[in-house]
Amino acid sequence: MDGLHSWWEYVVGHGDDVLEATLEHAQITVVVVILATVFSVALGVCVQSRPTSKAIALAIASIFLTIPALALFALFIPLVGPGDNPAMMALFLYAILPILRNTVTGLDEVSPAVVESARGMGMSSAQRLWRVRLPLAWPLIMTGVRISTLLTVGIAAIAILVGGGGLGTFIQGGLTRLGLPNSVESVWVGTVFTVLLGLALDVVLSLVQRLTSSRGLRA
Amino acid sequence: MAGEPKIRLDHVSKIYQGAEGPAVAELTLDIDPGEILVLVGPSGCGKSTTLRLINRMIEPTSGRIYLDGDDVTDVNPDQLRRRIGYVIQQIGLFPHQTIAENVATVPKMLRWDRKRISTRVDELLELVGLDPRVYRDRYPKELSGGQAQRVGVARALGADPSIMLMDEPFGAIDPITRESLQNEFLRLQEELRKTIVFVTHDIDEAIKMGDRIAILGEQSVVHQADTPERILAYPVDDFVRSFIGAGTAMKGLAFERVGDLDLAPFDEGRNGDGKPVGTITADATLFEALEEMLRTADGKTVVVDESGRPAGVVELSHLSDALRTAQDEARRHYDELGAAS
Ligand SMILES: Nc1ncnc2c1ncn2[C@@H]1O[C@H](COP(=O)(O)OP(=O)(O)OP(=O)(O)O)[C@@H](O)[C@H]1O
Ligand SMILES: [Mg+2]
Repeated sequence: MDGLHSWWEYVVGHGDDVLEATLEHAQITVVVVILATVFSVALGVCVQSRPTSKAIALAIASIFLTIPALALFALFIPLVGPGDNPAMMALFLYAILPILRNTVTGLDEVSPAVVESARGMGMSSAQRLWRVRLPLAWPLIMTGVRISTLLTVGIAAIAILVGGGGLGTFIQGGLTRLGLPNSVESVWVGTVFTVLLGLALDVVLSLVQRLTSSRGLRA
Repeated sequence: MAGEPKIRLDHVSKIYQGAEGPAVAELTLDIDPGEILVLVGPSGCGKSTTLRLINRMIEPTSGRIYLDGDDVTDVNPDQLRRRIGYVIQQIGLFPHQTIAENVATVPKMLRWDRKRISTRVDELLELVGLDPRVYRDRYPKELSGGQAQRVGVARALGADPSIMLMDEPFGAIDPITRESLQNEFLRLQEELRKTIVFVTHDIDEAIKMGDRIAILGEQSVVHQADTPERILAYPVDDFVRSFIGAGTAMKGLAFERVGDLDLAPFDEGRNGDGKPVGTITADATLFEALEEMLRTADGKTVVVDESGRPAGVVELSHLSDALRTAQDEARRHYDELGAAS
């Protein structure tokens, strides 16, 4: 009870900082996820019907996810200097796999009869993509976007290590001052608000998913 | 031949990449305006390939395709397909769109205005026997198989194409629903007079639906293309004979009506001897007359008029005479064809 109380004191006492860090964290996440979505969906559309390219693209995206975050962050520093930029680049690479994977699976699952009838009515390949295949794959693509968002929110908490901002600053700050007053509270603020931000974004995205998916596709 | 064929395939071949031989070899076929031509043949003989060559879903390896006399072998295939209705067995309705949106697909691509599309959708749904008020806003998952195929037909009729290509459209539907869809479709065709190419592997469906039937063998070789009556009466070779199968002659009886016969007189003494005698009306087919004879195990059946009074008797000899006449007519027809060429 005491811990919770002092934690709350800390949040209230640093209200502006917490809000600012949360917004920055959210901003990093949203920008990364939007870019990753555009890139991964486009890539998925390009490789889906080419088995070799598809396998290569998925393999590379999987490899990104296995590279330790700190190492990947650091790799970009020589290219763009410290700050949010190297962090966002690394996060972008991490966010690709779930969206790419689900785009490919979603497009794979479109019934061949549906595509055949679309072609038979004289839909061009662009029309088939925009009016039929993507709308049908969309619910699954959005699921991928939600997973990538959660992933990004979590990993972004260590962006501070390469000079970036966000809620990681509270965690990092607390850890370096461990033992001193308020250090544990600081770590907890960073952690709890990261989790809350992830949940909030997921709620928003699940609403977006619902609103942008056809009623005809719901189970 | 009177007039220009609606569709002409001129020495069309298709060799799939990596295939040993052609799937369709040098096929030449004319399809007249307003007729239902049924392509029938064993599995893998190339029926679907032939059908898909017409709307260029498959590009021919060689040969030319003409619609209304125009060579369409090299025109833009997407634009071509918007003029041709296409119905497949798996239907392929768009699951993310309502029934109305599905049916509106082609008109929308042709940029009809909203009001015209909406009117057209209602008209088409009514045409295929679905109440627009009930079905317009449903999704495909909320339909039965039979209803979905009605929507498939309505969607293919979207912009009122003069040609319909149908690949086993009723193949995946239970027999009872299939029968009613077939009947409704024939009734629809009375009104619409589309030029229809209809693929099936069911000879009975071919006989029922076809104004003409083309019996195809391997590589879409046409063994016989003619009216169902003539094919049943006079199969030109063993392939056709074995394909149309047993009971062929009897099936031909379905094309003649009792009313057209010179009936034997009804004789109270001979026919009214207490034995159960089947009765039929004058608009029954000879096939139905035969069924009635078999059912009652009697060599004849009594024809009754509207008021139920006996008007005459159909005897077995009527049936064999009718079959012989049909066979003679068909043989003469093929003899003339043979002499002409
Ligand atoms: N896309 C394709 N690539 C290669 N070969 C094909 C392709 N489609 C069909 N074939 C081959 O061409 C031949 C004719 O096939 P088609 O589908 O036209 O037959 P069908 O008469 O419609 O048969 P079914 O009654 O089983 O539908 C078959 O031997 C088939 O294996
Ligand atoms: Mg087929």
